[in-house]
Amino acid sequence: MRVLVLGMGMVIGGALLAGSAAPRGNAARGGDLYRTKCGACHSLDNNRVGPAHRGVVGRRSGTAPGFRYSRALSSSNIVWTPANLDRWLTAPTLMVPGTAMGFRLASPQDRADVIAYLQQNGSAR
Amino acid sequence: MIEIPHSSRRSVLTGGVTTLSAAGLVALLGGSLPAEARQSNRPGQDVQLLNAALALEHEGIAAYQIAAESGLLSADILKVGIAFQSHHKTHRDDLATAIRRLGGQAAASKSTAEYAAALGVSALKTQNDVLKLALGLERGAANAYLGLIPSLEATEFHLLSARIAGDEAFHAAILGNVLNEPIPQTAPIFG
Ligand code: HEC
Repeated sequence: MRVLVLGMGMVIGGALLAGSAAPRGNAARGGDLYRTKCGACHSLDNNRVGPAHRGVVGRRSGTAPGFRYSRALSSSNIVWTPANLDRWLTAPTLMVPGTAMGFRLASPQDRADVIAYLQQNGSAR
Repeated sequence: MIEIPHSSRRSVLTGGVTTLSAAGLVALLGGSLPAEARQSNRPGQDVQLLNAALALEHEGIAAYQIAAESGLLSADILKVGIAFQSHHKTHRDDLATAIRRLGGQAAASKSTAEYAAALGVSALKTQNDVLKLALGLERGAANAYLGLIPSLEATEFHLLSARIAGDEAFHAAILGNVLNEPIPQTAPIFG
């Protein structure tokens, strides 16, 4: 009974949240997405076309050591919270005009999953 | 002959040549700069995005070079790699031409050693390792070019990006086949 009540609560809570908050992320699925969607330009530990990502959640924009950012992103002064990452991945050039990243991830669930994966890879190796 | 929008015509008259952007100059000279790029307040946006794509091609060309020189590839696979690398060189040249036409400076390639380090090439021990790395890069590139399209301002670059995505998807399919990867059971496969 307890479980049932809890379950109902989650359904109602989920319905209330739908449309306002990002969906819950699945880090395992996010890892696969990261490799297939971001992997041409990024990796966790190396600067490539784009900057290295380990520890990016909570980091200030434009601060991966040794990466040459666009002027637009290095002066943007954003903290990469999950909400800001969601905005970024929706349309980076609309969030930071003049950035060198144009890749958009259209699906809210995909974005949530990738952000969960980045969050999981927070600490230095 | 391209019709120059009023706003930029006025800025030419009032601001003089020194304030004319490189993109505006191309338009004045009758270059085929797309309307979307001319009307944008940020003529540099497409340059930035195309330069990131160019960096991707530089990395791809280096990856195939490293693979070709690794001694890990059979003669047949080497032939495939050389053909794919030549496609990437064409992509590189097309992107660099577009960037220069927009008045931008095409990004230069890094050293092969830098690419080797960033790609973790020292861990590759077999032909299959090399093929898997190539597959990951090609699959990622196909997706990257598709996801880039809505951010590009000029229609002609939508087409360029889609066309390159098609080539990368072709490469990925061939590499997947060589690696005996199962055919994806659900579509869309990319994007
Ligand atoms: C076509 C290449 C490309 C693809 C694909 C791509 N990015 Fe990027 N990304 C870049 C570039 C280039 C930058 C640096 C932008 C700048 O300097 O303006 C960047 C910057 C970023 C930043 C800012 C990091 C910082 O240190 O401030 C984040 C976060 C990011 N990318 C996440 C992602 C994620 C997640 C994906 C996949 C869903 C992705 N990117 C796909 C090229 C790419």
